[in-house]
Amino acid sequence: MKPHPSLGALLGTALIATLAGSASAAETIYYPSLVYRSGAYAPNGIPFANGVADYVAMINARDGGVGGVKIEFEECETGYATDRGVECYERLKSKGAKGAIAFSPLSTGITFALTEKVPNDKIPLQTMGYGRSESADGRVFPWNFPLLGTYWSAADILIQHVNKISGGLKGKKITLVYHDSPYGKEPIPVLQDHAQKYGYTFEAIPVTHPGVEQKAAWLKIRQTRPDFVFLWGWGVMNSTAIKEAVAVGYPRERMYGVWWAAAEPDVRPAGDDAKGYQGLALHPAGADYPVHKDILKYVYDAGKGAGKREEVGEVLYNRGVIDAMLKLEAVRNAQKIFNVKVPTGEQVREGYERLELTAERIRELGFEGLITPLKVSCLDHEGARKARIHQWDGQKWVFVSDWIEADTSYLRPKVEAAALAYAKEKGITPRSCN
Amino acid sequence: MAELGPVLEVFLGGLMSGVLYALVALGFVLIFKASGVFNFAQGAMVLFAALSLVRLSEWLPFGVAVLLTIAIMIALAWAVERLVLRPLVGQHGLILFMATIGVTFFLDGFGQTIWGSNVYQLDLGIPASPWFLFENLFPGGILVSPIDVFAAVIAGTLVVALSIFFHSTKIGRALRAVADDHQAAQSVGIPLNQIWLIVWSTAGIVALVAGMAWGTKLGVQFSLSLIALKALPVLILGGLTSIPGAIIGGLIIGAGEKLAEFYIGPLIGGGIEYWFAYVLALAVLLVRPQGLFGEKIIERV
Repeated sequence: MKPHPSLGALLGTALIATLAGSASAAETIYYPSLVYRSGAYAPNGIPFANGVADYVAMINARDGGVGGVKIEFEECETGYATDRGVECYERLKSKGAKGAIAFSPLSTGITFALTEKVPNDKIPLQTMGYGRSESADGRVFPWNFPLLGTYWSAADILIQHVNKISGGLKGKKITLVYHDSPYGKEPIPVLQDHAQKYGYTFEAIPVTHPGVEQKAAWLKIRQTRPDFVFLWGWGVMNSTAIKEAVAVGYPRERMYGVWWAAAEPDVRPAGDDAKGYQGLALHPAGADYPVHKDILKYVYDAGKGAGKREEVGEVLYNRGVIDAMLKLEAVRNAQKIFNVKVPTGEQVREGYERLELTAERIRELGFEGLITPLKVSCLDHEGARKARIHQWDGQKWVFVSDWIEADTSYLRPKVEAAALAYAKEKGITPRSCN
Repeated sequence: MAELGPVLEVFLGGLMSGVLYALVALGFVLIFKASGVFNFAQGAMVLFAALSLVRLSEWLPFGVAVLLTIAIMIALAWAVERLVLRPLVGQHGLILFMATIGVTFFLDGFGQTIWGSNVYQLDLGIPASPWFLFENLFPGGILVSPIDVFAAVIAGTLVVALSIFFHSTKIGRALRAVADDHQAAQSVGIPLNQIWLIVWSTAGIVALVAGMAWGTKLGVQFSLSLIALKALPVLILGGLTSIPGAIIGGLIIGAGEKLAEFYIGPLIGGGIEYWFAYVLALAVLLVRPQGLFGEKIIERV
């Protein structure tokens, strides 16, 4: 019996596609991107995801990939849900010729779940500005890289700042309004420690997901009248908090958001009422940096931008760009160290651990002014721990402080103690970094 | 007297939140009362209506955007009746309920696909700054949000209008007849399809009003669809078939959860208001399974 001609053609096409696919997979770097473009946290997830996608597209278009190897880029929608994040990870981790280079979950909940999995799969977990604070200790967490700053660093920087501007915190009150999730709870130990050291009264008020019900929290703030309110929210919780602050007459100038609560989607929905609101900045907003010029030229001028041209340079967009750049720098390092074109996750981990961005390298990459130098090591997976304070003037973010560095002499022993406690609980023997 | 101030303030704030829950619960009651279908998609309809309005008002005068959104909600009602409900006439209520879950997921995704996923500001010109009442009686006065007062007035007006509609009009009586028994209503000449179209359209308009109230308060974005979850304890408490029940249930849930969060929350770690509403509703169920105002159904076997 002769095979049906169209069936034969179909099988032939499938075979060619498979062969072509495997050939191209052997020569590409597989870059999975966990995103949330829908759901309650989409307003914040979209600009970050666009920044990542555009930077990768620009590197492919301008440089032909990393070290001459094209990047195969794929997004997976998590909806900021831990179960869906783990599902995405499981589905994508083995794709590509050598598997995924690394994952960035953009969710502390997903990070907590994947922290248990990545050592077995030998894939690095890049959690820039989020994740487990104690994962900065590379001896216990060899696969986690909370680059540029953890939440403990963020809390310490905020306290340093308000201590400075208020002439001392003794006798003052600080209230933390936090997302009732692993993310929101992260800064509490540091803020409690500092309450004893600096002499302020500390209160923490949880807000349940997604954060639209905050009336009771803000009525309490109206009663207790704290000197400062720190906001550890995400998504709609942040804009709701600003609106509720207006509704109870709490001054926005005394509110400080963590760097995930100080972007355009957090303030714009509150309109003029958000004026004066402040927050931590890991990096500036703006599209005047050399990297943006290349993104606009190679991606947007070619009609391939992931988002709108006018949104290039927003706070979370720039964070996505920086996140992608750091990941690809780790890949570039791995290519050099191991003299390979397509590194495995294990090799990329080495690339991360020897990542050093000097001022000169930052300039070469087109990021001068966007980030400060960082140096990752076996002991220190954070690499840098600096932030500035910026304030919303109704139209844009304006810096109101210089770079503030977290106090390592206080934080490092705390990180090490927490990491060792984690190691003990999980039966992990910390590796030596000597 | 001074200590009474915070209690009154939280109580009043809770009542105002309750009115907003009641606005969403009203949509559920309307459809259940008139068609016996528990419409899980009501929250998604609130989001869809609010998103349509806020995005259309970017290009059109606000009044035109409202009219166009009403037209969209009626078109949606027609599509639901034609594509979802009509093929399922005579099926068990659970099947219809599951069909509305499907409508929920469709509307959530479709709405975000065509209108976007950002937070959109809806400004109805209501001042955001609070009013302070009885400042001579309580230090700092009693804080009231103008947006909440606006929502309360709208909800009150809707309740009166809907009560008149259900009890004093021919269509209203037909709606009630359909709710009691689809097939019996059809046998006496009540056009089931038209009735469903009317009731889903009305629920769509109620969803638009709820979306405007919530959207002014929170901004318009996906979380509005989750507000429906806050309407469920209101329905349990007030009864599925009573319009005044939705309002009273909303007020009790709103005030109860806010007082609980404020006074009990700190003792047990806080963040209790979300589940406390359900505890309150379940406690009522123990005493009155049909809810405070629901109909007691007796079936002879």
